[in-house]
Amino acid sequence: MFFVSACCALLVLFMALGLFIKAWPILAIKPITNILFSDIWRPLKGQFGMLPFITGTLWVTGIAIIIAVPISLLTAIYLSEYAPKRLREFLKPFIDLLAGIPSVIYGVWGILIIVPLVKNHIAPLFDSVSSGYSVLTAGIVLSIMIFPVIIHITVEVFQAVPRELREASLALGATRWQTVKHVLLRKALAGIVAANILGLSRAFGETMAVLMVAGNVVQTPSSVFDAGYPLPALIANNYGEMLSIPLYDSALMMAALVLFAVVIFFNVVSRYVLHRISLRIN
Amino acid sequence: MKNKFSARRLEESLFKALMIACALIVFGSLLMIIGTIFTRGIGSMNIDMVTKTPEGGYYLGKEGGVLNAIIGSFILTIAAAGLALLISLPVVLYINVYAGKGSRFAVIIRMSLDFLWGIPSIVYGAFGFTIMICFGITASLLGGIITVALFILPIMSRAMDEVISMVPRELMEASYSLGATKYETAFRVITLQALPGIVSAVLIAFGRGIGDAASVLFTAGFSDRIPLSLLQPAATLPLAIFFQLGTPFPEVQERAYASAFILTVLILIISITARLLTSRYKKNIVQ
Amino acid sequence: MDGKSLLQVRDLNVSYGTTPALKGITVEIPDKKITAIIGPSGCGKSTLLRALNRLLEDGDDVSISGKVLVGNDDIYDARNDVTQIRKKMGLLSQQPYPLPMSIFDNVAYGPRIHGLKSRKMMEDTVRHYLTITGLWDEVKDRIHEPAARLSIGQQQRLCLARGLAVEPEIILADEPTSALDPKSSQKIEAEFKKLKDRYTIIIVTHILRQARRLADYVAFMYLGELIEHGPAEQIFNHPQHEMTREYIQGVIS
Repeated sequence: MFFVSACCALLVLFMALGLFIKAWPILAIKPITNILFSDIWRPLKGQFGMLPFITGTLWVTGIAIIIAVPISLLTAIYLSEYAPKRLREFLKPFIDLLAGIPSVIYGVWGILIIVPLVKNHIAPLFDSVSSGYSVLTAGIVLSIMIFPVIIHITVEVFQAVPRELREASLALGATRWQTVKHVLLRKALAGIVAANILGLSRAFGETMAVLMVAGNVVQTPSSVFDAGYPLPALIANNYGEMLSIPLYDSALMMAALVLFAVVIFFNVVSRYVLHRISLRIN
Repeated sequence: MKNKFSARRLEESLFKALMIACALIVFGSLLMIIGTIFTRGIGSMNIDMVTKTPEGGYYLGKEGGVLNAIIGSFILTIAAAGLALLISLPVVLYINVYAGKGSRFAVIIRMSLDFLWGIPSIVYGAFGFTIMICFGITASLLGGIITVALFILPIMSRAMDEVISMVPRELMEASYSLGATKYETAFRVITLQALPGIVSAVLIAFGRGIGDAASVLFTAGFSDRIPLSLLQPAATLPLAIFFQLGTPFPEVQERAYASAFILTVLILIISITARLLTSRYKKNIVQ
Repeated sequence: MDGKSLLQVRDLNVSYGTTPALKGITVEIPDKKITAIIGPSGCGKSTLLRALNRLLEDGDDVSISGKVLVGNDDIYDARNDVTQIRKKMGLLSQQPYPLPMSIFDNVAYGPRIHGLKSRKMMEDTVRHYLTITGLWDEVKDRIHEPAARLSIGQQQRLCLARGLAVEPEIILADEPTSALDPKSSQKIEAEFKKLKDRYTIIIVTHILRQARRLADYVAFMYLGELIEHGPAEQIFNHPQHEMTREYIQGVIS
């Protein structure tokens, strides 16, 4: 049992090592800056600049987080501070349900609803032309996918704030919103940040839904209505098929390694913060 | 004073309205997603979808269904969930019974599980594929099972840890005082007490596994036939949706909607069952 | 008692779900005196205190009936603004809960939300209330440090200053010394004695000696009922009710 448990803990290291070994061929002959910051992606000529994919990912994740943060935060405040207990207990399972919907279903829904919405309504509003398959579409779909992650943790962080602290503020004659604004948000700030970083890292690595709606054109998007090609979509679209091209698989493993590293970093940071909070509660 | 007072009343109502609007967006999206998938999917459903495998020219709009993907998904995910259970149950029992509260080792395991939980499924897919190359396995049911098992391992363990760590310590102590060993306590007393929670954890992980496409994309392959051995490629439902939607033919895209409907119904049944099990379980231990 | 006191409770009933917590409480709290609510734990003392401040409605599954009159206003009348009612009462909880901000901002919090803007007046206010609670000399050099860095006894006095800064007429204290060391408890008790000239003070306590030291008026509760209330001298020396007598002699606790 100890052995199995230890293996479990070491799995993270195994994965890092496995990805690194597979990414090594390309890392050995090209400087890492050249891979990450060059925008020339011509695998047939041996040029593997990942900048278009990295910017694609940044656009998509950025849009998702901009939409998701205020909406999730306000929803979490509502659920934790305003909604009657019964309503809260009634609504919580739906958050989990939202989290349980497969990403391919989000993708189908995105194609059916958000793509036409962006194409026919949102883009014309800004005098832009868009196919609807854009970084904005992917961002919107992603933001909904990370709602449950952020809301769930934020509500838990709020619930960990002692009731007496709220009462202290209320007893001074503060309104509920004043209490939230001056006391709760301040007290829960670290936890809220952690929750949002976890949401961010979820969005960062999300593959199928993004793959289905982002458009997948190798370019650096210059507007939210442009198509983008995020890193996970790059891996999903090409892996297993292009193994005959030299270094291609290694470049894709490099992309996976980048995803892995960024996500692990985000997780380490936010888990550390959440861990400290729970220590303080106990 | 009077003015200020009404200003803060206004602020209060404004933000309350904003919060309710946001909550409506969140829960509205859920209803809208399920609603969209249901209305589009039911329209395209027919009995062939769940009783037939793709026949010649299926992806051009000819006869057939996605039975291969339904069966493939079930075989793959059941096996993966079984494999993950074999690993996660000992791990969770170990950190709760053997390691004891506040043990460093338990903290490290829980942290690792948290990190694993955060790793995107596409990375599991890439990693799984790497392992498969090492052992000379091509895209097959076996490759998919191993990858999905790894992917759902942290999900299952965390969910299980949550219920098992709620088992009262007194119960363990009562078991020890009757002369039971740690092993007996872990596998008889605790496992039995937390059984509904364990089943629910397995179901949650199963739901995540059956719905995930990125991890099986290049590990399980795709086939129009129902897999008969571990080394044959297996179709899965999420990939069937993805591939059908990717064709230029409206008839085939309709089938993608129908498949999406099937997958959504499966997921809903699994999630709701899991939830009912835990809520019943929670009622039992509160007393 | 004659005359009409500021705070009156009339037939107050509170239940959590189906479990009654307070049963038909009717009591007048004498003005500018210290009233101690005593009784064994779980008897509803804290519930009564919270009900006076309408903090109970924030819990769930709570049903409340009856009246709590402050002056002529029933605080449970939906037409009354709850924030204005709460402003009239300062609350001191069992453990100090300083707000997550500086010492200065803790005291300034109340006046600020009620619309005090002038920097000068704010500084005067903070200084005034920190002086009243005897904290000023101890903290004047680190007034902008987080309140959490104070010792627990200082934190409780800070909470008292914070409550006084909104100029309440009534102070509600829920076992305010239970988390403190004897020295700090003594300081808080001394504060109360000073403050009772200007404020009506209600203190919930399970320490009989503390009630004896402080109280002018005592209410004894048992299992959600108000068994007996009256001047401290009478309750302690000539209790009318058998149960009060047993509690005071330590037979029941």
